[in-house]
Amino acid sequence: MKYETVIGLEVHLQLSTNTKIFCGCANKFGEAPNTLTCPVCLGLPGSLPVVNKKVLEYGIKIGSALNCKINSFVKFDRKNYFYPDCPKDYQISQFDFPIAYDGFVTIPMDDNGEKKITIHRAHLEEDAGKLIHDAQANCSLVDYNRTGTPLVEIVSDPDLRSPQEAYDYLQVLKLTLQYLNVSDCDMEKGSLRCDANISIREQGDTKLGTKTELKNMNSFKAVKVALEYEENRQRQVVEAGDRVVQETRLWDDAKNMTLVMRSKEEAHDYRYFPEPDLVPFIQDEKIIEEIRQSIPELPAQKLERVIKEYQISEYDAKIIIQDACLAGFFENCTKYYKDTKKICNWMNGALLQEINSRKTTITDITLKPEDFSLLIKKVEEGLISNLAGKDVLKFMLDTGKSADVLIEEKGLAQVSDDGALKEIIQQVISENEKVVQQIKEGKDSAAGFLVGQAMKKSKGKANPKKVGELIRQILKGDS
Amino acid sequence: MKLNALTAHEILDLIKDKQTTPQAVLDEVQQHIKQSDKDVHAYVRLAKNSNISDVSVDQNAIPIPIGIKDNICIKGEETTCCSKLLTGFKPPYNATVIEKLKASGAMFVGHTNMDEFAFGSSTENSFYGVTHNPWNLECVPGGSSGGSAAAVAANEAIWAIGSDTGGSIRQPASFCGVVGLKPTYGRVSRYGLIAFASSLDQIGPLTKDVTDSALLLNILAGHDSKDSTSVDQPVPDYTKALTKDVKNLKIGVPKEYFVEGMDAEVKASVMQSIEVLKQCGAQFVDVSLPHTEYAVATYYIIATAEASSNLARFDSVQYGLRQNPAQKRKTTLVDMYEESRSVGFGEEAKRRIMLGTYSLSSGYYDAYYLKGLKVRTLIKNDFDKAFESVDAIITPTSPTTAFKIGARAKNPLDMYLSDIYTISANLSGIPGISIPCGFSKEGLPIGLQILAKPFDEEMLFRIAYTFEQNTEWHKKKVGF
Amino acid sequence: MISDKDVKYIAGLARIHLEDDQVTHLTKDLEGILHYIEKLNKLDVTQVDPTSHVLPLKNVYREDEVKPSLSQEEVLKFSVEQRDGSFKVPKVIE
Repeated sequence: MKYETVIGLEVHLQLSTNTKIFCGCANKFGEAPNTLTCPVCLGLPGSLPVVNKKVLEYGIKIGSALNCKINSFVKFDRKNYFYPDCPKDYQISQFDFPIAYDGFVTIPMDDNGEKKITIHRAHLEEDAGKLIHDAQANCSLVDYNRTGTPLVEIVSDPDLRSPQEAYDYLQVLKLTLQYLNVSDCDMEKGSLRCDANISIREQGDTKLGTKTELKNMNSFKAVKVALEYEENRQRQVVEAGDRVVQETRLWDDAKNMTLVMRSKEEAHDYRYFPEPDLVPFIQDEKIIEEIRQSIPELPAQKLERVIKEYQISEYDAKIIIQDACLAGFFENCTKYYKDTKKICNWMNGALLQEINSRKTTITDITLKPEDFSLLIKKVEEGLISNLAGKDVLKFMLDTGKSADVLIEEKGLAQVSDDGALKEIIQQVISENEKVVQQIKEGKDSAAGFLVGQAMKKSKGKANPKKVGELIRQILKGDS
Repeated sequence: MKLNALTAHEILDLIKDKQTTPQAVLDEVQQHIKQSDKDVHAYVRLAKNSNISDVSVDQNAIPIPIGIKDNICIKGEETTCCSKLLTGFKPPYNATVIEKLKASGAMFVGHTNMDEFAFGSSTENSFYGVTHNPWNLECVPGGSSGGSAAAVAANEAIWAIGSDTGGSIRQPASFCGVVGLKPTYGRVSRYGLIAFASSLDQIGPLTKDVTDSALLLNILAGHDSKDSTSVDQPVPDYTKALTKDVKNLKIGVPKEYFVEGMDAEVKASVMQSIEVLKQCGAQFVDVSLPHTEYAVATYYIIATAEASSNLARFDSVQYGLRQNPAQKRKTTLVDMYEESRSVGFGEEAKRRIMLGTYSLSSGYYDAYYLKGLKVRTLIKNDFDKAFESVDAIITPTSPTTAFKIGARAKNPLDMYLSDIYTISANLSGIPGISIPCGFSKEGLPIGLQILAKPFDEEMLFRIAYTFEQNTEWHKKKVGF
Repeated sequence: MISDKDVKYIAGLARIHLEDDQVTHLTKDLEGILHYIEKLNKLDVTQVDPTSHVLPLKNVYREDEVKPSLSQEEVLKFSVEQRDGSFKVPKVIE
């Protein structure tokens, strides 16, 4: 029997505002436990929430970027459940009037086509605290620093048909969100979290099968692997004649499998009702429009534009737009050097290698686009060798000095002077008679070996192009 | 007369004339409490340090000893809502009204008794035991702000503050023969008031006369950026509304309030009061508030639903009483929750949390909670319509005078119905005041309730003051 | 109208442990109150908007400005049980 997999994703995104969603405590990560709390985020008796304006703004921004409709009437609701990381034992969330709804993102398909994934809704809510479990002492410890961190929950429709599509959706979503500059989008730090709902059904069925909810995946890859595991597991359950049980399963990274979360005694009965401590928000169309206008060019548009504008390959363009700042860097470079293809090669090759090995980012390095362009120009004009160019780049990143200064300091300028080169070449020819013979017999490719030897002798400073020319010239003269 | 028996404005005059000092007043209040609170039990905790105020006594200061209901947070002072579950909880912050009182120079006498979490109309539901009505110790003081009302009536505080969710300031004021005001919803910040029902709760003054009520509201009222439901509207000087003039005011009397269940003596007193105001020039007309009979039912849906959620946080994770089941070797988290809440909450609290949880639970929301919110609209509309033609509405505060301790403890519904005249003001957000308007043959006080449009507390003061100046009821003192 | 089973379910949601006699008692109490509340069924409210807030307040928010937090010491002062700067509870089982 053929099965179809149906997946929907819930993404929680921590917003990078200065303060928490309902109080003035700093919205920071990695501080000592319970040092970023106040009566409001601790849910102390008598305390009251007040909405952070920025959170609404970010919500509208995100909704707009995901092609959502923005609700003109927005309100908050209470979601009631008992858990020690939830200090009021209700979470302030949004139930029936979320900030944004009915949008989509477009993911790439194998056949070069595209697929629209519907965003069901995006709503604002508060994050919970952090629990540390101590099995030995049979206790858990609660740190409320994270409590009240603003979250937006982005819920997709069950439009995804494979773990790969889910993975692609997350990639596209994350990139879009990164462009908005509203969150770290860092899964490791937990600023982006993803739960998945997955079910299978017979191909052609229109009714959804029983779903399981997967939690505890801490990377996009883990989401994909967990979904693959669960897809398989469900198939086996059905093929064995059993029924899939609706339950929450936790992904175990070490065991590489999903495990049933011990089910709570009662079905979820969250008793949502309008939050009486907060008043509704009537969004002014003008303000929504203003926020919309503030949204930068998004990755999909940027991709299309840079390919067209700079005549670079889609492959190169895709690397460049992975990061809005990288794309900005590229575009700046094109002002100083015309060969966009060469800039791509250098950026996507040497520069990214350096950045990655230094575990830094394009924004954290001191390299200026004009300096980087100049370096490429020097290499392409043959002033320094490709190899030396890569060294210069390293020095530039280390010292912040310009290419010019470094080439001078390190004496890396190529030797292009005929006299000096000829001397070296004569040496090489006399030391490699056999090869010379082969060349004379017509095996032109062997010339490369001689060039290499000459380069070695010059300690890399010889201009290889010039060396090649001279070798051929000299050997021709001999014959 | 002893200092503690005076009103705040009388004391302020004496201080101004250098005939007494704030400390002397405080001393006398504290001295008096030592003798009388054994009988009344208005306080659950006396302050170790009464000087909540940092300000030195200057010309504008109002250094008056005040009783604070036990659901209003004072930094470092145990605040428990008279619940076992909050035993030992010392808030790390002050309620906004406490900050305002501090700035005014107030002196904090102690936390006053109340029904646990303000659930009740008699102060019998307090973990700390019942408060006795100073007019008759066998009777309840009303509730839930029974301790505050009794403290003022028994001269154990010059004035006090309480909270009113369905009548919890006005009804005890009526039972204890003092003035109790529930301001318009949003007039006084709720920040630091431990919530019962967030959309209904308001803090307000309990005082010996109308002038003091206006003086105290002057201190309490005003916008607070910490409370999203507080209204950013200028606060008038309420003492300016204390004019002896009700000429040509149109006052409505709702016919739906004068039906079965009302004590004949209460009715007679209210009718007499209407005559007094008529003689002062007010015009009386009949008004109709057709949805009055649904108010109690609506109130108990909305208030308990909100309460069930508001009280969820009392789970013993952070603070308060933690109780683990005795027989089990290992305690799970759920055990801790259920046992702490079972032991920590009193009967009425459990009843209301259960009712509220039920009306919000899956499958019942539309039939109960949503319906409650809709009927609330109808009740509010009744008032909106009535206030199109009248300046104020007059009713009894409570259908009866103070009842005997234990008399209504058996059937919760009996107790709920004692709030029948006060609940609608909370549902519709309007201000209401209760002032003494007579005594029963047994010598128990009777209260007159005046209601006005939202943010028209001045109208309440104007009518109440005129009435007070033309009657002697407020001068009748209890034997304490 | 409301059964012992309902009451037990609600008590579970509300995290209140009830002994059997308390369940019986509360069922009776709630039945009485719910019966009283039934009077609302006399009203047709299909066309009526619900009132969550009595005031026409809207758009109340604060600017994104950091305010001082409580210190760890101030926070743990009121804790029932603490360890390593955190609130201690029985182990949460997942």
